[in-house]
Amino acid sequence: MGAEGIGARVLRKEDKRFITGKGKYTDDFKMLGMHYAAFVRSPHAHATIKSIDKSAAEAMDGVVGVLDGKQLTGDGIGNIICGWAVNSKDGSPMNMGAWSALATEKVRYVGDAAAVVIASTQSQARAAAEAVVVEYEVLPAIVSATDALKDGAPQVHENAPNNLIFDWEIGENADAVETAIAGAAHVTELEIENNRLVPNAMEPRAAMAHYDEAEDHLTLYTTSQNPHVARLVLSAFYQVAPEHKLRVIAPDVGGGFGSKIFIYPEEIVCLWASRKCGVPVKWTSDRTEAFLTDAHGRDHVTTAKIGFDANNKIVGFKIDTVANLGAYMSLFSSAVPTYLYATLLSGQYNISNIHCNVRTAYTNTAPVDAYRGAGRPEAAFVVERIMETAARELGVSPAELRRANFVTEFPHQTPVIMAYDAGDFGATLDAAMDAADYSGFEARRTEAASRGKKRGIGMSCYIEACGIAPSAAVGSLGAGVGLWESAEVRVNPVGTVEILTGSHSHGQGHETSFAQLVCDRFGLPIDNVQVVHGDTDKVQFGMGTYGSRSGAVGMSAIAKALDKVEAKAKKIAAHLMEADEGDIVIENGEVKVAGTDKALGWHEICLAAYMAHNLPEGMEPGLKEGAFYDPANFTFPSGTYICEVEVDPDTGTTEIIQFVAADDFGQIINPMIVDGQVHGGLAQGIGQAMLENAVYDDSGQLLSASYMDYTMPRADDLPSFVTSTHETRCPSNPLGIKGCGEAGAIGSPPAVINAITDAIGNNNLSMPATPSRVWAAMNV
Amino acid sequence: MSTVTMTVNGKEVSADVEDRTLLSAYLRENLSLTGTHVGCDTSQCGACVVHVDGKAVKSCTMLAVQASGSEVTTIEGLANGGDLHPMQTAFKENHGLQCGFCTPGMIMSAVDMVNRLGADNLDEKTIREELEGNICRCTGYHNIVRSIEAAAKQMS
Repeated sequence: MGAEGIGARVLRKEDKRFITGKGKYTDDFKMLGMHYAAFVRSPHAHATIKSIDKSAAEAMDGVVGVLDGKQLTGDGIGNIICGWAVNSKDGSPMNMGAWSALATEKVRYVGDAAAVVIASTQSQARAAAEAVVVEYEVLPAIVSATDALKDGAPQVHENAPNNLIFDWEIGENADAVETAIAGAAHVTELEIENNRLVPNAMEPRAAMAHYDEAEDHLTLYTTSQNPHVARLVLSAFYQVAPEHKLRVIAPDVGGGFGSKIFIYPEEIVCLWASRKCGVPVKWTSDRTEAFLTDAHGRDHVTTAKIGFDANNKIVGFKIDTVANLGAYMSLFSSAVPTYLYATLLSGQYNISNIHCNVRTAYTNTAPVDAYRGAGRPEAAFVVERIMETAARELGVSPAELRRANFVTEFPHQTPVIMAYDAGDFGATLDAAMDAADYSGFEARRTEAASRGKKRGIGMSCYIEACGIAPSAAVGSLGAGVGLWESAEVRVNPVGTVEILTGSHSHGQGHETSFAQLVCDRFGLPIDNVQVVHGDTDKVQFGMGTYGSRSGAVGMSAIAKALDKVEAKAKKIAAHLMEADEGDIVIENGEVKVAGTDKALGWHEICLAAYMAHNLPEGMEPGLKEGAFYDPANFTFPSGTYICEVEVDPDTGTTEIIQFVAADDFGQIINPMIVDGQVHGGLAQGIGQAMLENAVYDDSGQLLSASYMDYTMPRADDLPSFVTSTHETRCPSNPLGIKGCGEAGAIGSPPAVINAITDAIGNNNLSMPATPSRVWAAMNV
Repeated sequence: MSTVTMTVNGKEVSADVEDRTLLSAYLRENLSLTGTHVGCDTSQCGACVVHVDGKAVKSCTMLAVQASGSEVTTIEGLANGGDLHPMQTAFKENHGLQCGFCTPGMIMSAVDMVNRLGADNLDEKTIREELEGNICRCTGYHNIVRSIEAAAKQMS
């Protein structure tokens, strides 16, 4: 592998700028003549806009524009769309309600923008936004999805009767699954709420737009995980500008976790306002705006039942879920509680009878979309909570009940679309149990009891699906785009290399791990490799970073482009050294003829490619290749997590004593970076299980709209983690990579809740398991 | 408007600012020192931590006029020329950062922590408690704790 090749713990190239304060995030950029946008946001969850009086705001210092939704739609700016079509089980299309970037007739959640002010300074813009008088007629609001689906509930969109967006199903025939469960020797039932979360990337969203009148060209700096998709959607659906007249730049981005995939109203408005007012326009969210308007995550209510035969084999699994999609359908909102959720309900288990029904509902809350894991944490929570519960009811070891039902032969076709291609679930279970000293737990429980503490242990054997590809497959399921990735490898005449990738790094360390592919292939030092991303003017195209796809899909595209570069370099070398092409090997920066002492430096081959004085007949000069890579299947990371806790029975306070993660991510490029991804995912999953909760009151006010009210995991809420990896290569991509970005957040919540419920001896506990809830579960 | 004069990263600077100007805004907007980040509006996240007269301060919670006459060090002034501060090196070597947004405040808080308490008094529990005022969403804090442990040894 070499010191900097595949599998090496290479320190990150990008770190220097971040540790010295030289990172460049969207809000760090300025433009000559730049003005600031401030949005006039609804304080009501549901209201009709009666009138907007802009006169006082327009007269204030520095104000160059006060713009509203009627002007926006009047200029032909299109409604915001959901890009994944999901049909109801009766074949009818989903009921997508109209979403204008600035509301025209109605506002549908607190924070929905009715107007925008453009002014010389941020404080002038904010002051003027306060002076815009919007007269509202307040309407009744609905915040719970299950309540929203009931007759007589307030209606969020006229074209969605009873607020139903779609009523969808997957799996075997519902009656057949019901019959299978009815004949089971044991049936376990569970009701589950998957709490609503706010992604909370530390960098708030921001946008800076500039209209160049002379060129009739727009530039947008934005906090995006996928700048090319942003350009495509802004152009094709919102009619902001045609693609060749729109450049989108996503510079350093301070975390995304899904929330920066989507194209939000603010970006559209900044672009439109820049053209309309003739000035560059910047908007930077404050944290309260972020809580109100970033797409939230999760928010499912589920009932599930699972049947076992007399040998503890699963005979049927039936799931009914209601998912809250908020006030509008965000970009991938329909896919999250369907194709990214219900397709993983087979877990690591061999189950021939599964049926899942999902209803999605509009409510007067912020839109809900993909957040780290996106559907797969909800699936893992259902599966792993019910398996643990069943083991307790059956009086068998949770590990052995799981092991008895593991899929052990691959490929394995589940009844819910997915075909698992590789894995060794027993190996990660064993690794986690060894690392956690599982067999020694009862002695630790006894010891804790002697100190008056209740100790518990819980596990979770998760599987997930990454890559979100191949394109034809996701297309057949309703995706509005292809989900391949592209790369270009540019070798310079001196032998240094630039990789241009459509993936986007916002913390994942692509500038290092992607460069390691080049080091591995040609034996070049990593300082001779530069990774370029995040600018539609520089990079040919790309689908961006989400769904843990940058390794499996993005790096595979780079590998394919490297194949082409390597092949051409070998042709040139064979020609120059008068050798057979098949005898050329490239290693340690040298290009050699195998079995001889003939060799040229890598840089000499590269220079020859560009000098073009002596190339094989008919060969084009230069050494630059591109590739598009569309995988053959989803990838399936899996693993076992074990959590051990101590609960203080007097206060309900839970301390995590130990958290063990044993993952199978396929081939690993940089173990240091992979470890870091697991740590971060675990923190978010433990946060969901114990701390985080987005709470709306009945009128639709977000009660948890700041870090004073929404409990972010802090350093002293978390333990140090014990991690390990076990590798079964993914057979569907050339590098054997499965992906590691989301696993921690997917597998950890059920492990935590299984541990706490084990400690307190009461299985009825909702997330987040706050001290008051844990205390109540013990005492009420 | 008020005139503020202070030493920032060893250089004396002076400007007329609105009285309500926060130190974080003054550093970012007037001095273009954009390494100091603003991640919340309730003094919770700590991305904006700088040193004022040697002590860690959340610069979003201090007015520029309050810092007038003080010595201010931001993340841009922490390294000694081309030599990184041991805390900066430790964050790199221990993968104590991912997206980098919380990192400047995290490093400035960590330096202050070691300066105040000394390496011998910084066990893992203490480091985690001392990090209460800095939120990171990427790392799960695991490698931040390792970074501070490593740097504390170097700094003592």
